[in-house]
Amino acid sequence: MTRALLAAFTAPDRLLKAVEIEREAGVPALEAFTPYPIEGLSQALGQPATNIPWYMLAGGLAVAGGMYLMEWYSAVLAYPFNQGGRPHNSWPAFMLAPVEVGVLAAALTGFVVFLLKAGLPRLSHPLFEHLPFERASQDQFLLAVRAPSPGDAAVVARQRLFDAGAVWVEEVEL
Amino acid sequence: MTLAAPQRRWIDASIDTCEQVNALIAEPVIGRASWRPGRWRNWWIAFLCAAPLALAFFVGLYWELSQGVGVFGNNTTIVWGFPIANYVWWIGIGNAGTLISALLLLTRQPWRASINRFAEAMTLFSVSIAGIFPIIHLGRPMFFYWLAPYPNVMGLWPQWRSALVWDFWAILSYLLFSVVFWYVGLIPDLATLRDRAHQPLVRKLYGAFALGFRGSAWQWSLHQGFYKTMAGLAVPLVCSVHSIVGLDFAASLMPGWQESLFPPYFVVGAMFSGFAMVIILGALIRHALNLKSLVTDRHFDAMAKITVAAACIMGFSYATEWFMSWYSGERAERSYLAYALTGHYWPLYALMMLGNVFLPQILWFKRARASMPALITVAVGVLMGMWFERILIIWNTLGHGYLPTLWRVFWPTVWDYAVMAGSVGFFITMFLVFVRILPSISMFEVRELAMQEREA
Repeated sequence: MTRALLAAFTAPDRLLKAVEIEREAGVPALEAFTPYPIEGLSQALGQPATNIPWYMLAGGLAVAGGMYLMEWYSAVLAYPFNQGGRPHNSWPAFMLAPVEVGVLAAALTGFVVFLLKAGLPRLSHPLFEHLPFERASQDQFLLAVRAPSPGDAAVVARQRLFDAGAVWVEEVEL
Repeated sequence: MTLAAPQRRWIDASIDTCEQVNALIAEPVIGRASWRPGRWRNWWIAFLCAAPLALAFFVGLYWELSQGVGVFGNNTTIVWGFPIANYVWWIGIGNAGTLISALLLLTRQPWRASINRFAEAMTLFSVSIAGIFPIIHLGRPMFFYWLAPYPNVMGLWPQWRSALVWDFWAILSYLLFSVVFWYVGLIPDLATLRDRAHQPLVRKLYGAFALGFRGSAWQWSLHQGFYKTMAGLAVPLVCSVHSIVGLDFAASLMPGWQESLFPPYFVVGAMFSGFAMVIILGALIRHALNLKSLVTDRHFDAMAKITVAAACIMGFSYATEWFMSWYSGERAERSYLAYALTGHYWPLYALMMLGNVFLPQILWFKRARASMPALITVAVGVLMGMWFERILIIWNTLGHGYLPTLWRVFWPTVWDYAVMAGSVGFFITMFLVFVRILPSISMFEVRELAMQEREA
């Protein structure tokens, strides 16, 4: 558990500005919570690339390949059947099902990777204990920064967030 | 620049905060009692009209499955009848939902935000309905699972060269893909509903389906990475699914069917009928849920332009069909064309041309695009025209093949009509339930659009 200061902003550009200000002050921003995706926010927070498309490509190709292999096995080895003199391995006709199934497999792989990397489903989270956090899914842009040790530093840290345009600041567990 | 700005807006200028968007979209769903009292009366009237039709659908299915395919008007010559026409029609409508959502996302069209959610819901419902029809058109529907490769004591495998097997994989993949695509887009909105709902049980229900989504920068980054890749995959998937539907016909040797034009012509027709359905549903939603400021006249203008473009491509496709029939020099092909234009079903063919090609031409005029009655008339005309197109492809070709002694006319039975009309009723019922329990417009995307338009 990390103690954090949660500050709310009313517009995305103020949030991005605050990330900048905090970085210059030497306080790393931990995470941000926004009502819609903000381009460049994840990079500004120093988060790595998600790489989801690569997982999807791998999952899709593997299943498409497996599907073709099954068609080939069934039509050439398990149940060879002369249909109008066509070759047992009629690859043009065999391509259709692997394409469809491959796309589906890519989607399912992506969904599983999305859930795993995003840490979902997680129905209970300390943040949900804070009533104001509900605004993050509606109309406020929240920034979480590492909480300073109690004392003068805490007052300074809070003031810096208010100066950056925060409408409220709260200490939470992240 | 300042003067031009209002022209560039997609949603009403009065909407400039996130909270306005949330209130407009979420209130009908979670604030039922407080939201415009009495407004759900019309919903109940619509529901009570649609539910008996939906019941007729299931009674029709039960009767067909218990009595056999003979309850339909299919005969030994016209072995495909209403079920295949309904199947192609419904899956075509479904295709447009995905295309709207995915293609417009990839091409960064901001107006997509107001219509993609209910267009995707439309896809889900129509593809689910479409999937039922190939099963009931089978002679022995209880063996439909033979289409799947499963270990069996007979040692048999599916015939991978069969169009029916292609259909099986195409529909199955497309349906499940659409469910994932729709649900992933819905997760952030479910989180909003979780945080807005007042009743504990409602909160828990939306919360469970939101999976605990918190809207963190990392989760959004994953969400968008996944969602956009899905959109990229959806476009070729949709085109391939409806091309496979076109191949069901084109892979045969029948006059009027064996044309290389069929797959692209089917894909355009699918988009065409789906856009018509989106126009009708969009008009209903914005009127009934009071969302005129989010689904604006400009959206309908854009959809009308796509409709008229598609109508021209349809006209070109029909002309290509006629030309190829004549140019092939084949006796059967030319006889088929003469039959289509002057045979038993020529009035339906004329109605099809009217609805699909001629009526939409009024949308070249700005006044027609701005008039709701005109747009809805065109949309209904397109939906009817596309259904006639699907049934005529079947009736004309099968009823007028190579062997004149086999030429037959199709007489639909009451069960044909019951299942067809019932499927529409079932669709409307599911759609009504959808608008009642889920946000019919994507809240997080419209929030983004509203904030961007405020800055502009």
